[in-house]
Amino acid sequence: MKYLDEYRDGDVAKKIVGEMRRIQTRPWVLMEVCGGQTHSIVKNGIDHLMPEGVELVHGPGCPVCVTPLEMIDKAHAIARQPNVIFCSFGDMLRVPGSDGDLFTIKSLGGDVRIVYSPLDCLKIARANPDKQVVFFAIGFETTAPANAMLAWRAREEQVTNVSLLVSHVLVPPALEAILQSPSNRVQGFLGPGHVCAVMGYREYDPISARYHVPIVITGFEPLDILHGTLMTLQQLEQGRAVVENQYTRVLGRDGNLPAQRLVNRVFEVGDRKWRGIGNIPMSGYHLRDEFAQQDAEKLFDVAEIATLEPEICISGEILRGIKKPHDCPAFGTLCTPQRPLGATMVSAEGACAAYYAYGRHLKPELHQIVPQSPPLATNGVIT
Amino acid sequence: MSRWKESADGYDMADTETSTKIEEKPAAPVFGSCPLPIFSHPQIVLGHGSGGKLTADLIEQVFLPAFHNPVLDKLDDQAVLSIGGARLAFTTDSFVVTPIFFPGGDIGRLAVHGTVNDLAMSGARPLYLSAAFILEEGLAVDALRRVVESMRAAAAQAGVQFVTGDTKVVNRGKGDQIFITTTGIGVLEEGVNISADRARPGDQIILSGYLGDHGMAIMSQREGLEFEGAITSDCASLHGLVAAMLSTPKTDAAEFIHCLRDPTRGGAATTLNEIAKRAGVGMILREESIPVRDSVKGACEVLGLDPLYVANEGKLLAVVAPDLAHAVLQQMRQHELGRDAVIIGEVVAEHPGMVLMKTQIGGTRVLDVMFGEQLPRIC
Repeated sequence: MKYLDEYRDGDVAKKIVGEMRRIQTRPWVLMEVCGGQTHSIVKNGIDHLMPEGVELVHGPGCPVCVTPLEMIDKAHAIARQPNVIFCSFGDMLRVPGSDGDLFTIKSLGGDVRIVYSPLDCLKIARANPDKQVVFFAIGFETTAPANAMLAWRAREEQVTNVSLLVSHVLVPPALEAILQSPSNRVQGFLGPGHVCAVMGYREYDPISARYHVPIVITGFEPLDILHGTLMTLQQLEQGRAVVENQYTRVLGRDGNLPAQRLVNRVFEVGDRKWRGIGNIPMSGYHLRDEFAQQDAEKLFDVAEIATLEPEICISGEILRGIKKPHDCPAFGTLCTPQRPLGATMVSAEGACAAYYAYGRHLKPELHQIVPQSPPLATNGVIT
Repeated sequence: MSRWKESADGYDMADTETSTKIEEKPAAPVFGSCPLPIFSHPQIVLGHGSGGKLTADLIEQVFLPAFHNPVLDKLDDQAVLSIGGARLAFTTDSFVVTPIFFPGGDIGRLAVHGTVNDLAMSGARPLYLSAAFILEEGLAVDALRRVVESMRAAAAQAGVQFVTGDTKVVNRGKGDQIFITTTGIGVLEEGVNISADRARPGDQIILSGYLGDHGMAIMSQREGLEFEGAITSDCASLHGLVAAMLSTPKTDAAEFIHCLRDPTRGGAATTLNEIAKRAGVGMILREESIPVRDSVKGACEVLGLDPLYVANEGKLLAVVAPDLAHAVLQQMRQHELGRDAVIIGEVVAEHPGMVLMKTQIGGTRVLDVMFGEQLPRIC
């Protein structure tokens, strides 16, 4: 398929991996920041292609995973109310709060709907003037413009029964939190392609310089990830640490300026809690005061809800790249996508969920058994 | 007060029945005191109908304990019964699709093809169907007429007759326009012995055509998504294709066709996992050999879905002995519904119960069963 197959070409992949092997002189630990990148790595088995000693650890960039339990409990408290239509992106429905998930609330009579665009909420609100339509506005900078547009249009078009429960987080403060951690292992980053498509990548220059760490803004297809990894390795081997852009077909240094203007008019930056990590100063968006009428946290009586995270779950360490899903004894046994215990199992983009979905709980030593399997007897050989 | 807070004061996992799993793993002492939430869904959620793990849980925990017997315990899509010297295949299926009319079909056509296909996957010749209708107050009689006409046409095409039925009406809001349950009976010829547990190492895995058409047609229609190139359901009765496969010339084909399954809910990945687990074998697929239309692939990419887990209503997966695989494949390609048939992988002795796939890029992944509804991803 056009624009897909070109980025999944096994021959090109071999060449890139060959080049990595040629230049690599020592082990390196890289982090892919985005949940979408983690998903692609595990779905395509890219980590099995990496040269020995090039380790990819999975970053905090899964918006569903890092939404704090407390915010999920607030969402559930709102969704349970009889006059509410609660709208959400699909993969948020399975995320458990302290007492069940949105599927459970739906099965008990709550009106919970999956939307593909936040703006669908305007249509739903107009069709249901006697109901309060609440959108669960989560995500990184990627989803911020569309979410901001919902608040903006609701106010401009005076659709008074739409509001947003906002739990928006930002990538750069999370990278700094990872780099400042005494247990940090990460030596280079595959930067978040879609976040930078909105924001550009100027704000990563000071981080790269301050911590002397290469950041290569990278796409999501298998060859993007391999190419981004190669570019990061080249910097590390040469002792350089700058921001580079692998994803040139999608983004430039400045990003999407009209989108940034809209986001800044609707949101302001403030402190945010991250599931599994805790509070990070100035790490998220909040609705500005002039959008108080669109702020579900103010409209509904949920401010009192405060939930503690379980202390022992290792998802925080996984989100910071210190541990991998296999390091958790509950992985795949007690903790599954059906009954997630921690942040990284709750969304399809979370590292644990990605590992689980692609069967890593079944055979952690998968890469060892595959080569022993006989080749296909058909018109192709598995090697 | 939240459960986390309560549990922070010493909720002890050792009290729960899952604690034995922790003890099996000596490296896990800290988890013995972890305040874990347990989500066992005390009420039915949509995922219980997805055909994935939650459905399997329901069957294992609720239905099998009550109903179990040697025929049911096989958990095939149909029961094969010997009565008075005749071997009969017997199956039932309920249809609850929204919208009831969709590109390439409607609920009535689906209700015929679905049950006919469940019979056909045992190698049986479908003969008779029953139909039970649950109608919601307010449904237009014209809509019902269209559905019934569609069922008549599909049954005529499949060579089956409706010989009994039932109608109930529920209050407005208590149903979704129309629910249909069809039950079917077919007869098995001598020597036909097709069952999921017959897959053997070396067997070839044949797919009859493009994956994911039905599921993505329904989803695009339901959600009002417009994709370049309309996606239409593949909804079709497969017994003709099966008959063609069974009459593969030169040899006793029935003996060589080990398993047949139509990958409906849960998609091809879930179906192949069921076969691998039942037969105690492994499987290896080649991603680049698996046919998915560009329109379906594109829609799946946009929504973050995987075509291997999307429902089909007119496709079959066959596990065939290696000696006859190419002859069966040629025979399938002569048939209208098997024109795009292709060998997508092989049964192996290694990693029993697991389905692996060699990816296009050259990596390897495991295809597990779907655990609930496939959900569109956020970004």
